[in-house]
Amino acid sequence: MSIITEIVEGVRISWEALRGNLMRSVLTTVGIVIGIVAVTLMATALEYLNTAFRDAISFLGTDVLYVDRNEWFVDSNRRFDRMQRREKITLAQVREVEEGLGNVRGVAPTVMHGVDGLRYGDRSTGMVLMIGTNDQFIITDGVALASGRFMTKAEAEANRDLCVIGADIAEKLFDKESPLGKRITAGDERLEVIGVFERRGSVLGGMSLDNQIVIPIQKMTRSFRGDPSCVIQVKVGDTGRIAETREELRGLMRKIRRIPPGGEDDFAINQQEALVGQFGKVSAIIATAGFFITGLSLFVGGIGIMNIMFVSVAERTQEIGVRKAIGARNRTVLMQFLIEAAAICLLGGIVAVIIARGLVEVARIYLPKVGMSWHVVLLALIVAIATGLISGFLPAWRAARMRPVDALRKD
Amino acid sequence: MSLICLDSICRRYEMGGETVHALRGVTLSIERGEYVAIMGPSGSGKSTLMNIIGCLDTPSSGTYVLNGNAVAEMDDNDLADIRNREIGFVFQTFNLLSRSTALRNVELPLIYAGVDIDERGDIARAALADVGLADRVEHRPDEMSGGQRQRVALARALVNKPSILLADEPTGNLDSKTGDEILALFDALHAKGNTLIVVTHEEDVARRARRIIRIRDGLVASDEAVS
Repeated sequence: MSIITEIVEGVRISWEALRGNLMRSVLTTVGIVIGIVAVTLMATALEYLNTAFRDAISFLGTDVLYVDRNEWFVDSNRRFDRMQRREKITLAQVREVEEGLGNVRGVAPTVMHGVDGLRYGDRSTGMVLMIGTNDQFIITDGVALASGRFMTKAEAEANRDLCVIGADIAEKLFDKESPLGKRITAGDERLEVIGVFERRGSVLGGMSLDNQIVIPIQKMTRSFRGDPSCVIQVKVGDTGRIAETREELRGLMRKIRRIPPGGEDDFAINQQEALVGQFGKVSAIIATAGFFITGLSLFVGGIGIMNIMFVSVAERTQEIGVRKAIGARNRTVLMQFLIEAAAICLLGGIVAVIIARGLVEVARIYLPKVGMSWHVVLLALIVAIATGLISGFLPAWRAARMRPVDALRKD
Repeated sequence: MSLICLDSICRRYEMGGETVHALRGVTLSIERGEYVAIMGPSGSGKSTLMNIIGCLDTPSSGTYVLNGNAVAEMDDNDLADIRNREIGFVFQTFNLLSRSTALRNVELPLIYAGVDIDERGDIARAALADVGLADRVEHRPDEMSGGQRQRVALARALVNKPSILLADEPTGNLDSKTGDEILALFDALHAKGNTLIVVTHEEDVARRARRIIRIRDGLVASDEAVS
C-alpha cells in the first residue's frame, strides 16, 4: 500500500473516529486551542514589535553613518561620563572630513538645539527642534520638500536668516496660508521661510519629525549655540560600501583628532544597524521567554492529546485486531493513529487561529497597525500538527505493536 | 504439495509464571478445495490452532507451510501480507467496523492490498452482490440484521480471493434459520472449489463439512471424513 493511500485512508478513518466521539474530541482540543492561541498571539506581537521598531528607526538611513562624540549604546555610567569629557567635534574638523573623504554621496554636520516657541504674527508653536546644518542635509537625512527649496551651499556657509520648516510648524503658524517668503521669529532672530518639508510622521513613540526647523549651520553657531559639538552625517550611497567607508572615516577622524597609534577612538561612528542589533537582543529575550511560556501550555495540551489517544487505542483494540487480521501492516496502524492525533490538533489549530484572529481585531482598536500575517498562521498550524504527531506517537506505537491475536481476543 | 502443512506444531504461553501448553505437537495437512471442521471443547487448543492456521499467531515450535510459504519464520509485515492475500476471516461476532458502511468494510482488504481506488468500489460491490447484499451497499452494520452482517463479513473475507476461508463459530451469534443460510453459502463456496475451515463446537454445523478434525488437550484426537 502506497504512502499516499495510507494517508488518505488515515484521514478518512480519523474523520470517522472524530465524528463518532465529537464531544470528546472537542474537549480534547481545548488544551491545544489555548496553546496555539498563545503561540499565534505571541508571534503576532513579536512581529508587530519588530515592524513597529523598524518603522520607528526608518528616519535613520540604512546607509548613513553618524559620527558623534558618543556611542548610541553605552553599557556603563562611567563610560558615559568619560565620553562626555571627550573633545568636541568642531566645524573645522567637519570641513576636514568633507575634504578628506572620497567617494560618498553627502556629508552634513548637524547641531541640535531646542527652541521654545516660534512666532509668526500672533501665532506661536511650542517647543521645537532646531537643526543647524548645510546644503547636504537634504541628501543625508533623506527628507523631501513639500514646497519651496532647500538652502544652497553658499547660504549654509554664510550667516543667512533663512529656514526650512516641518509640516507641523507650517500648519501651526500659517494654517492654510503659504509660508514661503514669510519671516518667523525664533528667539531674537527673524528667519525667512524658504521651504517646507513633506510630512514624515512621528518616531519612537511620539517624537514628531514634523516639528523641526532647519537653519544654516553658521546661523546656528552665531546666534543660537556657539561652539557646539557636531554630529556628522555621512551618506555612503551604496550599502555595499558601508564597512569600507566606515573604516576610511575612522582613519580620517583619528588623523584629524590626532590620536596616536594604539590610542582609543575619542569619537564614535554610529549606524542604524547598531540600533537594530540592540533591539534584536531585546526581542530575542522576549521571544525566548514568550515561547517558553507558550511551549508550556502546548505541552499541557499535548499531554491531553496523548491521554485521549491512549484511551482511543484501548477502546479500539478490537478494531486494530480486525484491521491486522485482514492485512493491515504495523506501519499502517501507526499512521492511522498518528494522523488521527494530528487531525485533532490541526482542527484545534484552525479554531485557535480563528480565535486569535478575533483577538487581534480587538487589539487593533488600540494598535491600528497590528495585523496577523499568513506566515504566523502557517507557523501555528505546523506547530499544531507537530504537537499532534509528537504526543500521538506513543499511543500509536502501542497500537501498531499489538499482536493481532491479543487484540482480537479482547472484547 | 498440500495447501496447508502443519508439522509438530507446539504453542506455549506464559501465564502467571506457569507455562500453558495450548498445542503439544499437531501434525496435519489440508488439501485445496477441502471443507474441514475443527471441533473440540473449550480449552482444547482449537482456537490456538485456528489462530496459527490464520497467521494471527506463530507457533513456539514446528513448521507451517501455507500455499508454499514457510509461515513460522515470517516477520509481522510478511504475516500481514499473507493474511491479506491468503486468508479470509469470518468471526463469530462479525467484527465489522461499526462506523463504516458495508462497502467500506468490504473495501478494506483491497486497500491494504494496494488495489487502485478506481477498481476498489467495483470489486467490493461485486463481492457484496455475490452474498446477496447488492441493495445494502451503503448501510452501516447497525442498520443490518445479524445474518446480513455475517454476509458482509463473508464478502470482506472473500474479496481478495484468498486460498482459505477461515470461519470461527460463524453461526454462533445467529438464530438457526439465518445460520442455515450462512451454511448454505458455505456449501455453495465449497462447490465452487474454495477451501473452507470452520471452527465450531456445534455437531450439526460440523456435519456440513466433509472432514472433521477433533482436538483434545492440544493434540489431534481424531481426523475423519464425514460419511
